[in-house]
Amino acid sequence: MPTPVASPGSSARVMHGTSTPYLFLLPYLLIFGVFGLLPIGLGVWLSLHQWDFQLPNKPFTGLDNYTELFTPDSLVYSDWWESVRATAIFTVLSVPLLVALPLGIAMLLNRRFPGRTFFRAVYFAPYVLGVAVVGLLWRFLLDANLGFVNHLFGTHTPWLTATPWAWVSLVGVTVWWTCGFNAVIYLAGLQDIPAELYEASKMDGASAWQRFWHVTLPGLRPVLLFVITTTILASANMFGQSYLITQGAPGNETRTVVSYVVALGIGQNDAGRAAAMSVTLTLMLAVVSIANFRIFRYQEDS
Amino acid sequence: MTTFNRRQLLGLGLGAAAAVSLAACGDDDKGPATTGNGGKDYTGPKVTINLWNGFTGGDGDIFKKLVDQFNTEHANIAITVATYKWEDYYAKLPGAVSSGNGPDIAVMHMDMIATFAARKVIQPVDDVASALGLSESDFAATVWKGGLYQSKRYGIPLDMHPVGMYYNKALFQKAGLDPAKPPTNRSEFEATLTALKGAGIQGFWISPFQFTGGMTGYSLVHQFGGALYNADATKATFNSDQAVEAVSWLTKLIADGHSPANVGQDADYLALKSNQNAININGIWQVNDLKKSPDVQWGVAPVPQIGTRKAVWANSHNFTIVQQKTTDANKVAGAKVFINWLSQHSLDWAAGGQVPARNAVRDDPKFKELTEVNTLAAELPDAAFPPAAPGIGDVTNLFYTAFNEAVLGKKAPKQALDDGVAKADKLLEDNRKKYGS
Repeated sequence: MPTPVASPGSSARVMHGTSTPYLFLLPYLLIFGVFGLLPIGLGVWLSLHQWDFQLPNKPFTGLDNYTELFTPDSLVYSDWWESVRATAIFTVLSVPLLVALPLGIAMLLNRRFPGRTFFRAVYFAPYVLGVAVVGLLWRFLLDANLGFVNHLFGTHTPWLTATPWAWVSLVGVTVWWTCGFNAVIYLAGLQDIPAELYEASKMDGASAWQRFWHVTLPGLRPVLLFVITTTILASANMFGQSYLITQGAPGNETRTVVSYVVALGIGQNDAGRAAAMSVTLTLMLAVVSIANFRIFRYQEDS
Repeated sequence: MTTFNRRQLLGLGLGAAAAVSLAACGDDDKGPATTGNGGKDYTGPKVTINLWNGFTGGDGDIFKKLVDQFNTEHANIAITVATYKWEDYYAKLPGAVSSGNGPDIAVMHMDMIATFAARKVIQPVDDVASALGLSESDFAATVWKGGLYQSKRYGIPLDMHPVGMYYNKALFQKAGLDPAKPPTNRSEFEATLTALKGAGIQGFWISPFQFTGGMTGYSLVHQFGGALYNADATKATFNSDQAVEAVSWLTKLIADGHSPANVGQDADYLALKSNQNAININGIWQVNDLKKSPDVQWGVAPVPQIGTRKAVWANSHNFTIVQQKTTDANKVAGAKVFINWLSQHSLDWAAGGQVPARNAVRDDPKFKELTEVNTLAAELPDAAFPPAAPGIGDVTNLFYTAFNEAVLGKKAPKQALDDGVAKADKLLEDNRKKYGS
């Protein structure tokens, strides 16, 4: 009867083995459930109603709030797609800059030179400003007739009231404002790449470009995935800049999806439609993010 | 993600503090319920009454002063004031009310009353009007009717605020114009602009945004014989021939070089103050701001009659009493006393750059001494107030968007206004379904 005698240590582990990790996770799970999952669930619920929380009747409308987004003669169709277009333009223009430019800055700031800490602070500085400050500041600087920028160049460029200039302004301001954040993330990633790899590749005669391509980039892969994903999401959720700097002008051409959702949900108290648009935007972004992860995994496999 | 200036942050803090103090002394407030007598006086236990407004300009300070005076005169009523930016204010109010953290009194624009009444954010105040003996003859008729929703009264008018024509006297002199004789009609106005152009001045900067270009456009649509809506506000009419003519007149001024293109938000007004723009049609509330700038030589006059009749954009601040989850009769009674008191002191409020809503106060010789405000009070018989229908503010925003597209040259005026009306009619129908009116 060789009953396996458990050692004191292992029996103790068995005793609080199964529940321990869940107990540790519980506090976060509770917070995530209440402030994450529940609002998402309620949002989906709202999107199936005509919902003004002050009105006594909140009729169930099924998928109407969704189908009207795809019905050309509905009230919201043209505004919705105009806002999707605005969000797409902004994302496509800003993400490449916000991924590439900070990488260059981070590589420069990773070298040893006098005043390095100072420059690291300088590039990060705009990020600490709130969107209200950034918005107001640039609205005045970029004003077509009274602004300093046109004064400086002696031009009459309509930076804020005509496209494509409004896009140049919005993307430019956002890059100026947030590229320091991505640069700091890159910088941390760069410092994690072992110096021996650079040393070895140098001994093997790799050029600077080859070292970048075969050592730096692969070493940054997880950081790059993080930066690209969060930057796409941040750009797709842009709101404050267009709300404050261009006010959606000309017409509603630079009004983003989030801005339109706020206008509908909070301005017009049309929470049902706003929720349906939020859910649709979420689904669109989920598709983009999944594609993003797929591409990176594909590169890893190959 | 909205702009806050220091005052608004202070207001937020105040609001939070007031909410806390209200919650803290919640039990003390529930004294024996005395039925109010519509605001004549209040003799019950001490009540704290929270008031919200959107007076973020110079008007806010004057309002605070009046409240302080009221508080010292009334030992058993304490009014606390919280101030927010209007846009944030209207977004915040319903949520605060339904969660039980709302104010007791809310100051509200005339065109918002129907919306908030339909949404049961505010309650009828017919008894205040009758107890105070107020009737249509005491007020401008449109303003008085604007406080009604489904034949119940929800708002007690405090003031009226039209737009006026501000002009830069230094630039007028530079162009050889008499600063004491601002233009009053179309030919004079166009002659003025030509003279200014001769002196190298773009005389009339036209902003594509609601403040102030949109309000100018609104005024002109009415001046040319049009209106934004039909009589019962069931159809949008801001693409009528008259409306197109009005907006086209403005866009032609830009094409003719009397205004730069692409005027930014506030740039029209800032340019007036920095001697670059000669004329700006702007709200009466700017009187106080300009008085703070002694370097600027400015004047104000009624908006010239460009079209076939006189008309100006105007709106009105009203007092409303908020619908609480549990009604505290003492608070309601105290609130009514305050509304009555301030209505009688609205001459002091006029110093804040608003025209008192009460006819009697406007006829007071002391009001005549407030030269600038009194000048614009002359416009009020011709004021084009927005209609009272639930959700109408959202529809009017579509006019401002169309105006923006026309002024920025994104679309021809007719095209922009047609597109706006198509959308507006859909929204009006949607509102009818939503509010069941």
